Amino acid sequence: MASDRLQPMRLGDRLGATLRSVFKLDPVLLFFVALIAMIGVVAGYSAAEQSEAWVERSIVRLGLGFGLMLLIAQIPQRWYFVVAPWLFAVVVLMLVAVWLVGDMGGGAKRWLDLGVIRFQPAELMKVAMPMTIAWFLARRPLPPRPLDVLAAMLAVGIPTVLIAGQPDLGSSLLIMASGLFVLFFAGLSWWYIGGFVALVAAAMPVMWFFVMHAYQKQRVLTLFDPTSDPLGAGYHTIQSMIAIGSGGVWGKGWLQGTQSHLDFLPEGTTDFILAVYAEEFGLVGLLVLFLLYLAVIWRGLWIAEHAESVEGRLLAASISMTFMVYVLVNAGMVLGLLPVVGAPLPLMSYGGTALVTIMVGLGMLMSIRTQRSFLGHDR
Amino acid sequence: MLDRLHDHGRARRVFRLRILFAALISLVVVLTLLGRAAWLQIAQHDHYLAKAEKNRTRLVVVPPERGRIFDAQGEVVADNVATYQVQITPEHSQDVGAELAMLADVLGLDAPVVEALEERIRVSRRFDPVLVKTGLDEVERARIARLKPWLLGTEIVSSLKRVYPYRELLAHVVGYVGRINAEDVKRLDPDAYQGTQYIGKTGIERQYEDRLHGEPGYRIVEVDALGREVKVLDTQRPVPGEDIALTIDVGLQGVAAAALGEYAGAVVAQDPRDGAIRAMASRPSFDPNLFVDGISHKAYRELLEDPDRPLYNRATRATYPPGSTIKPVMGLAGMEYGLIDPDERFFAGPYYQIPGNDHRYRDWRKWGHGWVDFEESVFRSVDVYYYDLAFRMGIDRMHAFLTEFGIGQKTGIDLPGESAGLMPSRDWKQRAKQQVWFPGETVIAGIGQGYMLSTMLQMANMTSTLASSGVRHVPWLVAGDRSPQSRLKLSSDDYWQRAREAMRSVVGHERGTAHKIEAPYPIAGKTGTAQVFSVAQDDEYDAEELERRLHDHALFVGFAPYDDPKLSVAVIAEHGGSGSGTAAPIARQVMDFWFDVEPDADVQPEFSERGD
Repeated sequence: MASDRLQPMRLGDRLGATLRSVFKLDPVLLFFVALIAMIGVVAGYSAAEQSEAWVERSIVRLGLGFGLMLLIAQIPQRWYFVVAPWLFAVVVLMLVAVWLVGDMGGGAKRWLDLGVIRFQPAELMKVAMPMTIAWFLARRPLPPRPLDVLAAMLAVGIPTVLIAGQPDLGSSLLIMASGLFVLFFAGLSWWYIGGFVALVAAAMPVMWFFVMHAYQKQRVLTLFDPTSDPLGAGYHTIQSMIAIGSGGVWGKGWLQGTQSHLDFLPEGTTDFILAVYAEEFGLVGLLVLFLLYLAVIWRGLWIAEHAESVEGRLLAASISMTFMVYVLVNAGMVLGLLPVVGAPLPLMSYGGTALVTIMVGLGMLMSIRTQRSFLGHDR
Repeated sequence: MLDRLHDHGRARRVFRLRILFAALISLVVVLTLLGRAAWLQIAQHDHYLAKAEKNRTRLVVVPPERGRIFDAQGEVVADNVATYQVQITPEHSQDVGAELAMLADVLGLDAPVVEALEERIRVSRRFDPVLVKTGLDEVERARIARLKPWLLGTEIVSSLKRVYPYRELLAHVVGYVGRINAEDVKRLDPDAYQGTQYIGKTGIERQYEDRLHGEPGYRIVEVDALGREVKVLDTQRPVPGEDIALTIDVGLQGVAAAALGEYAGAVVAQDPRDGAIRAMASRPSFDPNLFVDGISHKAYRELLEDPDRPLYNRATRATYPPGSTIKPVMGLAGMEYGLIDPDERFFAGPYYQIPGNDHRYRDWRKWGHGWVDFEESVFRSVDVYYYDLAFRMGIDRMHAFLTEFGIGQKTGIDLPGESAGLMPSRDWKQRAKQQVWFPGETVIAGIGQGYMLSTMLQMANMTSTLASSGVRHVPWLVAGDRSPQSRLKLSSDDYWQRAREAMRSVVGHERGTAHKIEAPYPIAGKTGTAQVFSVAQDDEYDAEELERRLHDHALFVGFAPYDDPKLSVAVIAEHGGSGSGTAAPIARQVMDFWFDVEPDADVQPEFSERGD
């Protein structure tokens, strides 16, 4: 490394150094993320019937998203952990408020009305959860002792239950996962992990009989036999698999997909964008895209491994793995491996709220990568 | 210290291992996804390619028609009417701007509307139709049809819209449908509601949503390479929603609303033989048609901020002190508990005092009533008789007995949002106010004042129980498969008859408080007033000097014919002054219509603040 500095910097290196030191961005991560976003616009243009208005709006949104990421990346990472417990407490209070107000108002549960802006506490919790658990565990001896594990589990469990009751099962599971990932990286004993897996397995039948709505069960059932419900959830899965399968190895070519353009595919620009892409760009296209996602995840894990503070390490690792879960849930649904749940594909699907959450997460990764405390050495 | 360093090192090592493990897991996940994709795109490629070739079929969901709602005579009270709307699909159009200009000319659209449409077309997807105008009349449709060769992207489609022909009259009973909003979506089965635009929001429309909605069908159509429909391959007809018949009689409902006149209030009419609700009017009301396609913010605010609260269902949701209308039931309780002998005479002075206490509980009649028996105590509405009875009975027994008559209990009618009212008790007061029960509160509870609150629906149901000597029904609006009947047994059937006779005298006896509504058929009933505010001790009660809003509410409950009851009626006229002056004539008008008797022009509600 030291010998590098003696050599004249190449343009790429200089650009990288500038991004890192001035804009606090990680060039490697930025490169992969931008590539995925570009693929998203290209595929979305096709899915939106070549609407230029759509491309405009999409680029504006992505621009705002990247702006947000840049902004978040400027915040020194230790500030996150000053704010984290407070944010967590406020969001939990809001969730309780939603629960109470919603109960009385009969509806309006998920949205807390705060005058002008209406927003979902659940979305804030997606950010607050891993930060808070990381903050908490980093202040205690690691690997965590049983009592600390219990406290962390409570902090994960309470918001999860509140959000699941809204009812927003999808968000609550993602939030739980982001908290549990922190525990995992903090060195939670494999015994606990095994126990938890056993508990989840035991909870499955309970969920099936007491928590899930009839239509949710139907979606799980159609996974095993999509033809059983051609009018409902099965229809999406069947059409999605036809689009992907007919694409073959090389795809039908950009704008040449027949399935997506004849409106067989629902929600082509949002939840099912991967099917549109797979039809037109084939297995090769999917290989490229999935490798890009893997690159983002691995870079995130690399950042975690090289982070200098314990909480930064835990947070970065949790963000990376939560990102992985997002990709898995959407791609699994589109490829017919998981039930249809209506989850977006990070950076590809067109949509506002999800993009904001993803960009905040990526911005924090960048901050952890580039911001160092004054005691830190430069690499 | 060394120990901590050691721990730190161990945590670091564990972390590195976990990172590696996570990296491995991510790799496995990505490989699994790729493996699945490879299976679909290589192994199954031919299969899916063939399917895609044949996949010239598209599934079009056909939403079901919502069931209609009828009254008891078969009059439609909630209907579906076809409306025509014109929409433009940019993709199919040669020149959207020119086409829109032509449409604007034909339909007479204003410049701002056209601008908004242009903006809308600019931002939406080219294959999404944009709604230009709804509710087209025949002339407009004909004009567009004539220009069709030049309007390639324009089409006229018909859709069904919910209409409530009786407008204000049944708004609180039938309720209304509205556009499905984000809250509804979370509760719904999205598959069953594909293509459906409306969902029941209040009233019967909400209560019977499942029966009214039906099940969607679909058409499988073949499309050409451009996605145009070529032919229909298969059709699964939607199952239309079930039609629903109410027990309500629109004619009676109309008379009830008209009889209330300018008073805010409610009229509930029930058949005491089976519990069916024949009329349930709440005034003022609102036009439910406003809500179907989304009410404007301004109009909604106006309804919400109207001091008369037209959205409020005064028959099932509002609660009022029942006042003297509970005196017959109090008498029954007195006989059942052996506290009164109906034939024994009691001296009713101008006021009642709890033994050993100075406070005077005044009678509504300043100089009292003198010697009265039970029958007289009802038809002259003697307060002091019931102060004394209530004090001797005690709140616990009173609570037990009146609860049997449904005070403080939801009736269980098939409408959302019913109030329970309140039958106070020691327990309740301890819970709600953290106070002990005072004997004085028992005394005023004896004439249905104080904490006691009931809905007009409860009052009508209580009257039906009296009319039928103890048969209780769950009131209902739509016939269903329930067994709502139960029987209230007293130690002697004669008690029922004594209470009914006393109620008959309220109208039949020349000194009865409601004698002026005496009709060709025998009416039995009881007048009452519900105090809007409590009068302070020794204050002169002078209603005239007060704002109209401070007048007492006028109440009347009654049934007819006395010897074979076919209709029970409960009336409240808010700020109507007295039950005998205002509420009783309203009930008479409702009964006249039901028993097909020429209304007596002399029997009109007239305001008076005396006479109970």
